[in-house]
Amino acid sequence: MEILNDYGIVLALLGAVLVALVPGIASAKGVSMGGIAGAGVITENPSLFGKILILQLLPGTQGIYGLLIAFITLSQIGVLGGSGDISFIKGFLYLAACMPMIIVGYTSCIRQTKASLASMNVVAKRPDQFGKAMIFPAMVETYAILALLISLLAVNGVGGLNI
Amino acid sequence: MALLQMQRIYIYALKKDRKQILELLQRRGVVEIETMLKEDSIFRKTDVTKERQDLEKNIETVNNALNILNSYSKEESSLLSVLYGRKELPLKVYESFHEEYETIIEKAKRIIKLERIIAENKAEVLKLQTQIEILKPWLQLDIPLDFKGTKYTTGFIGTLPRARSLEEIYEQLALYMPLNVDIISSTKEQTCIFVLCTNNNRDKVYETLRGMDFSLPSISIDNSPAEHMKLLESSVEVAKAKENNAIEEIESYLKDREKLLFLTDYETMRIEKYDAMGKILQSRNTFILTGFTPKKDSESLKNELTSKFDLAVDITETKKKDDVPILYKNNGFSEPLEGTVSSYSPPGKGEMDPTMVMSLFYYALFGLMLSDAGYGFILALGCAIGLIKFSKTMERPIKNTLKMFLYCGIATMFWGILFGSYFGDIFDVVGKTFFGATNIPVIPPLWFFPVEKPMLMLAFSMAIGVIHLLTGLAMNGYQMAKRKDFKGIIYDVVFWYILLISCVILLLSMDMVKNILNINVTIPANIIKICSWLALISAAGIILTNGRESKNPFKRVLKGLYALYGISGYLSDVLSYSRLLALGLATGVIGSVINQMAAMVAGLPLGGVVFTIIVILGHSLNIAINFLGAYVHTNRLQYVEFFGKFYEGGGKLFKPFRVNTKYYKIKESTNYGDIE
Repeated sequence: MEILNDYGIVLALLGAVLVALVPGIASAKGVSMGGIAGAGVITENPSLFGKILILQLLPGTQGIYGLLIAFITLSQIGVLGGSGDISFIKGFLYLAACMPMIIVGYTSCIRQTKASLASMNVVAKRPDQFGKAMIFPAMVETYAILALLISLLAVNGVGGLNI
Repeated sequence: MALLQMQRIYIYALKKDRKQILELLQRRGVVEIETMLKEDSIFRKTDVTKERQDLEKNIETVNNALNILNSYSKEESSLLSVLYGRKELPLKVYESFHEEYETIIEKAKRIIKLERIIAENKAEVLKLQTQIEILKPWLQLDIPLDFKGTKYTTGFIGTLPRARSLEEIYEQLALYMPLNVDIISSTKEQTCIFVLCTNNNRDKVYETLRGMDFSLPSISIDNSPAEHMKLLESSVEVAKAKENNAIEEIESYLKDREKLLFLTDYETMRIEKYDAMGKILQSRNTFILTGFTPKKDSESLKNELTSKFDLAVDITETKKKDDVPILYKNNGFSEPLEGTVSSYSPPGKGEMDPTMVMSLFYYALFGLMLSDAGYGFILALGCAIGLIKFSKTMERPIKNTLKMFLYCGIATMFWGILFGSYFGDIFDVVGKTFFGATNIPVIPPLWFFPVEKPMLMLAFSMAIGVIHLLTGLAMNGYQMAKRKDFKGIIYDVVFWYILLISCVILLLSMDMVKNILNINVTIPANIIKICSWLALISAAGIILTNGRESKNPFKRVLKGLYALYGISGYLSDVLSYSRLLALGLATGVIGSVINQMAAMVAGLPLGGVVFTIIVILGHSLNIAINFLGAYVHTNRLQYVEFFGKFYEGGGKLFKPFRVNTKYYKIKESTNYGDIE
């Protein structure tokens, strides 16, 4: 067990890295797909740029949320200055705390991209319906926000545990 | 919190005044024309499709001409041009415009024609230049290219592939002497030759040459190449001159761009006038115009019309069956959000305008999600500068957007100060890195740091959510009261209010919830008891009444049970407000990350400069991302959670018959009208 305790920081860092990595990948993919579809809309009607941009950026938030959790984890485990003395259990808990954001961040982003592309379709045909079209992808975002919330509270909470 | 009251208006007038009356109505823009009377044998609608098509064709012509002009000299336009709005034009210019009308249409047509001339001449020059290229190798030849021979000789003019020397060719043709071979020009690809032989050897020489892949020149001319070259070159000059003349002429029309722009506006107005004409009923000498007009303008309109023309105006209240158009009336604080309500759906029949109530929550929720005093300040300052600088010229929709974000920015500052967030924690970081400050935080929050007490912030977010939802429910009650559906108020609103509030109190009395939210409230035991009973009674009430549209008692209870299950919807609605915490924290934490990254390099040489650059770039990015998030999710909370409780929409906006122009507006002083 004593030896294992040396690896606590490894697990914690793994969590922090994955939570920046996985939703980041999804967001990059989502925003790129949005950009490709958006470019098509803009060739037809350049005045829709602002609206299309909002729809394109919606799947970009998961990457930011991931970054947020990663940063909080990094500062909690002392990688950004401070002592890196994390027990094995604690390291594992950090990894677990990052999981909601890692998994939900990735999947919700991909799903949200699809909704976002469909909404671009709506805006291309009926620009006046932007208000409604924007809500559909925003509904998917809810679950990324819920995951962010739990990861945030969990990472914060694990820091306070005395194990 | 209101909609303007509409009235029906009937105008009975003489046909000879038709044009003037319609133009006046159009400029006042306070009447939405709607056919309310049926056609009969005397009063009929006229078909205006043809006139409309002609005008549309004119607009297309002018737009094409404008595009051509733009390709010669770009119209200056910038990002800010949207703030300048349409130019104002005095009424006189509009009224005298028909004198110039024909000449301007002609000019547009001429521009299109010139463009075609330019294209044709460009093609011509290209064609001539290809011919010149083909002719170039033959320039040394001083006889016509189509020379076939004299009485006793035969000439062959043509090319052989790749470079050949004179000897090589003579070698091949040695058998058929006497003959003469001239190499006119020779390149790597081809050798141009002139062969002259006697007539009796003609066929054999030709055979041999063919064996060497001899081919005739690709052009045939009856004069010498040098002469022909001169002709071609002069034709090129002519074509180029024509092109340049056309370009010059087009450039001379650049000064008419304004008039062309106005012409598209003019034709748009005429199209709308014809549309209106298609909706009115006409007899041989009279016509009847019917429609809706806001009550506040109806008297002034009636007075103006009766003073200027011989006609009769009837104004009556709207009827129940009328699909009355919606015109908002809100104060400056709520007005900017009318567009947000409309983009969900304008209020339907019998519904109230939710803008006023929504605006309070809208600004507050937006502020909570962005929640940084610095960002709020930038947002508010930017909008305020725009509003002041362009207050005269700006169009209404842009003005409203800026106003909306101005209020959002002020709300953001408010929450930012409460939660102690100024560009993340810029004061702390700058103080620590550059001035060695020790009393961190430099500016303590007025209330608390959400990062330090996230559970308290979560509880606060949900409390806001509960208030928002209960307000929505109260709005539902208000609408029922207006419909005099008092039973509905008790069944659908009061029961739910009792149930929800007692459930909240019961939840707060549970140790588990208290621990999670980290709050300490003690609720007396008898209140808990009362609440339990109230919750049970109201739940029973909901089960018994919420399915009241079904006659079958069994079905009714089932429907009631299902309605009670809706309480899970309230749970998820309230949880949805946790995004206030999540997005608020995201802004603050990312802001601090940027500051920390900047602080890391502050020790290096030129640290202060790099620090500033990182801070400016980082925070701009953070503002952009979180601004987007706050905007989208504020709309979501309003549309899904809040409107879901009481608002359906489905109305149609008041679309008056008016001047819908793109570039110019007509300036005219009136004491009414001006509806945007």
